[in-house]
Amino acid sequence: MSSAPERSLAQRLFEPTSIDKQSPVAFVITYAALFLWALVVLVPLYWVLITSFKGVGEVDNGPFYIPFVDFQPSLAAWDFMLLQNYTLGPYLNSVVVALMSTILAVLIGALAAYALVRIRFQVKLWGVALFILLLIAVIVAVAGLGVQWPIAAMVALALFVIVLFTLVNRTQAAVGNNDVEFWIISNRIMPPIVAVLPIYVMFQQLRLLDTQAALIATYTAVNLPIVVWLTRDFFAAIPRDLEESAEIDGASKLRVFATIALPLVRSGLVATFLLVLILAWNEYLLALFLSNAKAQTMPVLVSAQNTTRGPQWWNMSVLIVVMIAPVIAIASVLQKHIARGLLVGAVKG
Amino acid sequence: MAIAQHQADATSARGFAEWLDRNCGPVMVLPAVIVILAFALFPLIISAYLALSRFALAPGGFTLRFIGLANFRKLLFGSQQYHLLGAFGHLSVFQWLLILLIAGLLLYLLYRYFTLGQPTIGGTLGRLIAAATAMGLALVVILTTAQGGVPGTVVNTLLYVVVGVAIQFALGLGLALLCGQPIRGRNFFRVLFFIPLMVTPVGIAYTFRMLADMQKGPFAPLTQAFGITEWSWATEAWSARLMVLVGDTWQWTPFMFIVLLAAVENQPRDQVEAAKLDGANGFQIFRDITWPAIAPIAATVVLIRLIEAFKIIDLPNVLTGGGPGLATESMTLHSFIAWRTQDLGGSAAVGYMLLFISTVFCVSFFNFVVRPARRHEA
Repeated sequence: MSSAPERSLAQRLFEPTSIDKQSPVAFVITYAALFLWALVVLVPLYWVLITSFKGVGEVDNGPFYIPFVDFQPSLAAWDFMLLQNYTLGPYLNSVVVALMSTILAVLIGALAAYALVRIRFQVKLWGVALFILLLIAVIVAVAGLGVQWPIAAMVALALFVIVLFTLVNRTQAAVGNNDVEFWIISNRIMPPIVAVLPIYVMFQQLRLLDTQAALIATYTAVNLPIVVWLTRDFFAAIPRDLEESAEIDGASKLRVFATIALPLVRSGLVATFLLVLILAWNEYLLALFLSNAKAQTMPVLVSAQNTTRGPQWWNMSVLIVVMIAPVIAIASVLQKHIARGLLVGAVKG
Repeated sequence: MAIAQHQADATSARGFAEWLDRNCGPVMVLPAVIVILAFALFPLIISAYLALSRFALAPGGFTLRFIGLANFRKLLFGSQQYHLLGAFGHLSVFQWLLILLIAGLLLYLLYRYFTLGQPTIGGTLGRLIAAATAMGLALVVILTTAQGGVPGTVVNTLLYVVVGVAIQFALGLGLALLCGQPIRGRNFFRVLFFIPLMVTPVGIAYTFRMLADMQKGPFAPLTQAFGITEWSWATEAWSARLMVLVGDTWQWTPFMFIVLLAAVENQPRDQVEAAKLDGANGFQIFRDITWPAIAPIAATVVLIRLIEAFKIIDLPNVLTGGGPGLATESMTLHSFIAWRTQDLGGSAAVGYMLLFISTVFCVSFFNFVVRPARRHEA
């Protein structure tokens, strides 16, 4: 007891008793700050939740804070939004669009990422340049000169094939795997607003506007760069000899991909899948352009709640709660997995 | 050879499988390339064409007339200048000095590049573009925030990007450092702090509108106790912008937090303990051990956040509708509003402007911040 030297009050407050412990003051400050931020996180969520059990009276005469204590909660808003109103349609749209686009994006992206990691590519530089030039020419011809688009496309395709096999194949300059990969990933920098106008016109021409298919295709494309970016690292981390021994046994690259590589990166794929799923679930801008009634998704429905009489907070809160509840449930249970996806992205860049 | 050919033809399924095996590389990459071509490159070229033409509804459809750079001229110098850039105010002496200071700094950095290293053509060109963009943006920001000026959508977007990301980074780092200590309940805080990132921005916007309601919101008794009854944050430019920043910060601080926490947990433990034994204080440990260890990840996470921050639309659109006036309108929202009023050319031009600014900004950040941070580590 008396073997330890007597510590002054300041020492006892500001100095830790051992190296892996905090001093009392640091301890208090740490927890105060953490609980403060916990409040910042929880108060908005709590307020949405209780508002969904309020009615016009409880909101307008409010604020009331605790159900059963200062106001009587009711399920009227829930009943109105879920049973009498058209909420299930958009909800189903959101589920279908988010799930389908995520599955497609992960599938296509993982295939591409694996090939880019394991197979050497040599794409002729002049072939790429020629392709882009012809694409511009077609667009100018169709939009500016009024040429029918099938004709322009056929002519351009024929030209492309002829020039490719006569002139381009004799050139040497080529773009490699890193260039293709960088090109795919760099598309994430592009703000979607730049691309969404032509996509809108494109789907209008195909008579696919306001369908789930249009949203699924667009979301797949938007999230593809993220999938390639994340999964390429998971694949690159697999030891090569596992795959090589299978290839010596005569398995094709595709078979190696499906039976060896994919199962090995399962947890990485789960991380990617969850991340992309949540991005697709919350997406707003593209849905705003590409859907208005039939294929409307939840974010658009929520944002459209600002009626002429002002927003009806209780009904809106129901929508927000049903929209964020599943995501928060997923995030709480699988937080480690989702965080892993974020980390892989950030750690290597 | 001939026999192999014969066998391959024997069953078409077998032939297809072999063809697939030979060409599996292109076959595996092609779907991704086609999707990106159709939804990124192709629209990008059409958008460029739209930005250079005037769109008008006509009987039985629409007409597109090529008008060169007129859309951009209108936005930068003409009738839409107030919208994109804002209205310019009168500069004080202090602001003139600030402009000179920024110009001098940029010139000094360029001078150093030419004298110290081995200037390359690409490097020179990139630096000139970056410096010119930085100078232009700085001028616009200073001119529109001066006395009598009104900021436009470029300035709003930069505010959300620069100030918003800085605040989120500071808060995220602070929380990560606190949570990185050996304390009880770490996992609880980790899961809880992660949640806002998952919430849809549209929902966040409405939630913060409810919270900030001066009559019916939870903080209304508090503000009324201070005698604020008539005032509303939504009617004044800077308070409305602040609300957008608050909502954005609530959503995105978790992203910084979760990545930086992992980085903090991976810092060299033995060094930290040795430093503690030697009597180093918390700040010294942070400066000499933690920060060097996490700097590369910190730089990258800021880059990712910058890329996404330039795209902001949901929050200002729902929270304030871009108002009051143009006070909270981001460039994406500007472009969307132009589209809604049938000004397709103007809409595409704003989109291209955003693409240019965000690309120059992010590429510069990568070259001048992320790369050096990583090189330092290696």
